[in-house]
Formats: sequence, structure tokens, C-alpha cells
Amino acid sequence: MSVIYIVLPLALAIVMGAVGAFVWAARTGQMDDLDTPAVRMLHDDD
Amino acid sequence: MSTNLLDVAVGSKRDDLVPTLLCAHCTQAVPPGYADTNANPAFCCAGCQTAYAILHEHGLARYYDFAERETTPVRASGRSFAEFDHPGFAEKYVQMQTGGLARTELYLEGVHCASCVWLIERVPLLINGVVRVELDVRRSRAAVEWTVGDTTLSAIARTLDQLGYAPHPFRGVTRDAMRVKEDRGMLTRIGIAGAIAINIMLAALALYSGEANHMDASMTQFFRWVSFALILPAFIWPGRVFFSGAVAALRTRSLHMDLPIALALAAGLVRGAINTITGIGPIYFDGLAILIFALLAGRYLQLRGQRFATDSSDAMKSIAPTSARVIADALHPLGFQDLPIEALLPEMIVEVRAGETFPADGIVVRGTSSINTAILTGESRLSASKVGDKVFAGTLNVAAPLHLRVERAGEETRIAQLLQQGEASARRRAPVVVLANRLAGVFVAIVVVAAIVTYVVKLQLNTAHALDDAIALLIVTCPCALALATPLTIATAVGRAANRGILIKGGDALELLATPQTLVLDKTGTITEGHTTLVSWSGPDWVKPLVLALEQGSSHPLADGFRRAWSDVAPAAVIECRHVMGGGIEGVVDGHDVVVGSPRFVRAHSSSAERTSASALVELEPALTPVHVAVDGLVVALAGMGDRVREDVGASLATLRAAGWRTVLLSGDANAVVHSVGLALGFDESEIVGEASPENKLAYVEQLQRSGRVVMVGDGVNDAAAIAAADVGIGVHGGAEACLGIADVYLTRPGLTPLVELTDAAHRTIRVIRRNIAFSIVYNVLGASLAIGGLLTPLVAAILMPASSLTVVFGAWHGFTFSRRRA
Repeated sequence: MSVIYIVLPLALAIVMGAVGAFVWAARTGQMDDLDTPAVRMLHDDD
Repeated sequence: MSTNLLDVAVGSKRDDLVPTLLCAHCTQAVPPGYADTNANPAFCCAGCQTAYAILHEHGLARYYDFAERETTPVRASGRSFAEFDHPGFAEKYVQMQTGGLARTELYLEGVHCASCVWLIERVPLLINGVVRVELDVRRSRAAVEWTVGDTTLSAIARTLDQLGYAPHPFRGVTRDAMRVKEDRGMLTRIGIAGAIAINIMLAALALYSGEANHMDASMTQFFRWVSFALILPAFIWPGRVFFSGAVAALRTRSLHMDLPIALALAAGLVRGAINTITGIGPIYFDGLAILIFALLAGRYLQLRGQRFATDSSDAMKSIAPTSARVIADALHPLGFQDLPIEALLPEMIVEVRAGETFPADGIVVRGTSSINTAILTGESRLSASKVGDKVFAGTLNVAAPLHLRVERAGEETRIAQLLQQGEASARRRAPVVVLANRLAGVFVAIVVVAAIVTYVVKLQLNTAHALDDAIALLIVTCPCALALATPLTIATAVGRAANRGILIKGGDALELLATPQTLVLDKTGTITEGHTTLVSWSGPDWVKPLVLALEQGSSHPLADGFRRAWSDVAPAAVIECRHVMGGGIEGVVDGHDVVVGSPRFVRAHSSSAERTSASALVELEPALTPVHVAVDGLVVALAGMGDRVREDVGASLATLRAAGWRTVLLSGDANAVVHSVGLALGFDESEIVGEASPENKLAYVEQLQRSGRVVMVGDGVNDAAAIAAADVGIGVHGGAEACLGIADVYLTRPGLTPLVELTDAAHRTIRVIRRNIAFSIVYNVLGASLAIGGLLTPLVAAILMPASSLTVVFGAWHGFTFSRRRA
């Protein structure tokens, strides 16, 4: 079971990476408008 | 096909008659007057033709492949938007960026679907120098970036206008930036709290299952320390808001839900930390982490719903006029120049055409016209204005162009002063202690007393876990469900209300509207339509085409009233027509001499003044303006023009009164008019107040407030101060954009039906909140008794706390707040 001492911190490090990415996304305004991008991707043709 | 078109030409608007000719741009039927049957493609109007040409010229014809696209004709204003390039405008709305780029945000009218996004974001292809256009479709706002020197903002604005999206500068950038920052902060906190909660849950799962399977002691301790390490950042970052809220509440000696939450969180953290270090006893961290996450999420949902209302009222503010047509400043003539309103200075001479609002306070120096001052005074009748008269910003010039010498502009105008007064009285208003916060106080007191009693009694009885049980009580009674009950229910109600055209900016408004109190209603524009209509007509039908023929070419509001009332009557052919300012119209129609106008004017212009047919000899209500019609010297008809009461008002008022509301009519209009309308609608004689100035209205509302809560419903700037001072201020459809910022609720549908729906729904919302609170109290009593009895194992606590929250979430979404059927 001692593998848990390595795996668990590793898992937490990954979570921290994900949280960091989310915080970055929220702070750069990527969550400000949740409606338009959904529409825009439908006609990204050029 | 040509006969079809001919039918339409006669004026029939029947739907069953489908002309085969459709506009190539907006797919609407091509009106007969415009139809060039040989044209291919055909257009319904010049606006559509221009838009079509622009799109084809730049290879954007793919727009027409969208199944879902704009189907209303392009109504380009054709303005030059020259004021958009003025330094005064740039200073306020344009931000300069590196590399010679300029950026601004425009509010666009008419944005509604995917094709709009496509088209607007392709504006850089249409105009050289535009770097990027990005549209936020929900808020109808476009961020525009362009290279200074390559193009001008006015050129961009003209193109958007030609495509049918009339642009307005977005006003309220600073407030919006603040809100965006707040939203992002909240979202960040929720994300962190969520990630931590999920990972602590995983550790807790290991602990609970390990307990059952006799997990190694060192492993158990490892997971306990991991949980402890995880909960600390949850307290330091997202959880901090509850503690700062509690501290603020203590400092202002007010009640707030954050108080019991912070108490439970702190007790849990301290006890959990001690237990982690000593290695014995429950740690509670899983429950606390979920708690922080759930509470933050609930509050965010409530805020999101209310943001929509605030965004909409910001948008309305942006539509207010941006430019004034300046002819001359104090020293020299300027020709006609469009200047932004912000750049207006005293002594400038400004032209205001019929149908435009005055950009500043000033004195008429040329022309005569009639003015609609309803927004400032509530008066439904037009007032005449001539050279030397004072006019005020915000009022509407109705009949003819006027030249105005500016006396006061911007913040010094009467309208701006009234709005400032409104905002001042809104600030003065004491904050409402909502039900949940009132309960929080009682709650804290009971829990703390119960915890102390548990500790003391158990100590006396010499029980082993006296302190443990007391702290378990503090933790398990965390009013999680209680604190979630209100925001979630209000978020649901506000969202459903928005679907029905009722925009609610604050949750406390719902609570205040739930119990019937005093309802003060403005007259003009609120219970009446706010514009002149033909209310009564006594005369033969054959006169109608003759009257309509004369009124056809007039921009006077009375003429407009006739046209609207008789949209199904075809006007006769006019041979000769003469408008007399302040009197009426005379002319020759179908070989008859026809005179339409005020009784005095008609008497003066018809050959034999004494001859009046019986049908024209009826008494008119005092609220109506009489208009006589004489044909060949004989007065044959009498029209009563007035501000008609909206259709649903009678029934709505009856429903409200039956529910227990006391209704008061408070208007700035003439006493006679207000009384005649008020009595007809069943207002009590003593509860009809006319000729009230904005200051009087404010004083009246404040006086009423001494004996109870007051809800004020109004539409004009003259109501703004009263709306702000009232416990709940409601702005109605078509009202002044300015008063929207102050109102707590804004009804986007005309009439009082939405008001009835609102009070009804508020009542139901509060019932759902009460039911949810009752649920959470049952859970708390259950948890507290277990804790006092010493039976609360960590597992029971971990199940009990989220279970109560889930019940509340379920109750909120399924609570019958606003009926779900769309109007």
C-alpha cells in the first residue's frame, strides 16, 4: 500500500494543475460570455 | 399577381393574402407601394436593398444560407454618426491601445441569433482598417477594434447601421468592469472550492471504508493529514468570504447569514485540526469542504440571474440619444454639425426636429411646436412652445423643428438633477433585512445557547465527551440548507421571471412584494398608454376617410392618434391641404371642404359656425381633448382624443385590490384628468393625487412609508426619486431609460398584468422559501438532538449535512414560483 504515498501527491499535483488552468481561464475572461462562442464555432469557415 | 398587389395597396392588412413577391434580404412581403415587379431580386425597402448590396459586394452572400436569420426589414437610421469621431466622444468611450489600435464597446439593436454573430463579426471584411469585431450575443454588445487613421468609428457605425444593427455607445463601462471582476472572482472561488471538496471526498471515502475494513493506523492518519492539508486552502481562499461577511455583520451590528456559517466553519476547523493532530476523533473536513462549495455555488446562481436584469437596463440606457445637431456656438455659426451630447456647451444653438428629444435645457429661439413633457411632469396633454419658452432636456419635441439656445447641459439639466436626487434617495434607503438573515440571528442565539447548555449539563453528569458533543452540535447545525434555501429559490424565480419579461434586480424585492401593502401608481404611461389616441368618436363613418386624408401628412400626435385608430380605413384623395399651427388642418378632400381641429379653429374656419349636427353635440369627459370635424361648413363629428387607459388595467387593479393591496394614484398630470381617470378605475377619492411635482411625489411616498411599506410603480423621470425611495420601485415598459437604473424591478411587457404576475409569484416564491427553511430546520433539530445525545458519528454528520442541502436544491427547482407557461 506504500505506493499511495507516491500516487496521492502525484494526483494532487495534477489537480493543482487543473485548478491553476481554471483560475487562469476565469481571470482572462474566458467564462465571461458563455453564449456566443457556442454559436460562433458553427460557422468558422474562413 | 398584380391584382393581389392592388388589394394590398387599398390598405387591407389581412394575413390570408400572401403576396408572392418577397424581399431578397429580409424575406418579408414587398409592400405594394415599393414593388417593382420587374426587379429581380426585389426588396421591401431601401434599407434592405443597401444591406443586400453590401453583402454581395464583399462576398458575404453566404449569409442568406442561414436558416435562422433576421426577418425584419432593415431600418437604417441613415445618420452620419459624425459625433462618434468627436474628441469628446472618444475621451469617454474609446480606449487607445498599443500599435495605433483603438477599441470601444457598442450596444447594437436588433441582435438576436447565430446569423447576427456571423454577419457582425465579418465587419472587418467590409471596412478596411477594422481589426476585429467580437459580439456578445446575450448582451447585444460588440467590442470593436480598429486602426486609427485607416478608418473612423463613424464609418464602422454607419456600416453596422446599414446592416440593420443600429449602434449606440455602451454606457456603464466602469460599472460593467466592476461586475466582471466580481463575477470572475466568484467563479474562481467556486472552482477552487469544488476541486478541493471532490478531493477531500475521495480521502473521506478511503477513511470511511477503511474504518469498516480495519485499515492500517498509519494509513488512516495519512489520509487525515491529507484532508487537513486540503481544507486549509479552501478556508484561506474561497472560504474567507464567509468570515469577512461575518466580521462585517458584527461590525455593523446587523444580522447576516454569514454569521452562523462562519461560526460552524470555525468550530469545525478548530475541532478537526485538534483531532487530526491528536489522532483521535472525527475530522469533519469533508462536510466543511462541500459546505463551502455549495454555498458559493448557490450565491453565484442567484447573482447570475440578477445580472441579466442589470445588463438589460444598462442596454436601455445606451439607447438614449448620443448627438445634438449644433448650428452655432456662442461666437460663430457652425453649419450643421453633429456633436456628442457630452460636448454641448451653454449658448450653443441646437436644432431639434420633430420626434426628437431635447438634448439640453434651454430657450426656444426659433419656431413653434408642441412638446410632450410627460417624462418630466407626467402631464399627458401636449404643451405648446414658442420663441422665448423654456424647454427641458429629455422632453420630446412633437410637432415641428425648433431652434434652442442651450442654457444648461449635461449634469446640470433638470433631468440629470432629478436622477441624481433619485440615486441619492436610493442610497438613503435602509437595506432590507431579508427573512433568511433575520432567521440567522435567532439561529445563532439558539445554537450557541444549546451548545453551552449541552457542555455544562454533560460536564455535570460527568460524561466523557462533553466538549466533543457541544462542538459536534455547532458543526452539524451549520445552516447550510438554510443559507442555500433563499439564494436558490430566488435564482429560480428571477430566471423564470426574466422569461416572462419581468426583470428583477434584487432578491429582496420578491420578499417585499409577497405581502400586500400600499401600491402607488403613476398615471401617464403606467396605467395609460402614454400617447395620444382616439378614445371616443361621435360622427358618421363616411367622415373617417376625409379626416384621415387630411391627417395623413401630419406629424402631429393627434394625427398619429387618428392613423393608429383607423388603420383599416383607406384615406380619400386630398386635393388641397393646409396645416395651421396650434389650430388644425383644413383642405379639400373628394370635393368637400373639410376642417379638422380644435373647436375654436373649426368655428373660425367653417363658413356657418352655428350649424352643428346632433352627433357632434355630446359631452366629453374632462380628460379628453376635443377635436371637431366640419364638412362643407357643417360640424359633423366630434372626436375625443386622450391618453387611453391600458386594456388590462381595470382587471389587474381589481385582482390586486382583492389580494389586499391598497392602491393609490399619484400623478403629475392635471387634477381634473387624474380624478376622472382615477374614479373610473375605482380608486378611492382620497387616494387620487394629481399635479404632483417630482419633489411632491417623493415627499408623498416618504410620508406613506411612515405607516408601512410602499411599492411605487412609474415610468418617467418625474417618478425616479419616488421609485428610488419606495421599498420596492418598479419601472414599466416604455419608461425613461434613466429611471431603469433606479428601479428594483423592470416590467418589459406593457400594462399591469406583469405586475399582477409579479406579486403573485413573489407570494409563491416566499412560500417555497419558507417550506425550504422548514425542511432545513427539521434537519437541524434532528442533527442537534443526535449531537446532544452523543450519537452523532462522523459518517452520520457527513450524510446528514449534504442530504439537507439536496432537499433544498430540489425544493427550489421544483417550487412553483413563476408559472412556467410563456405569455
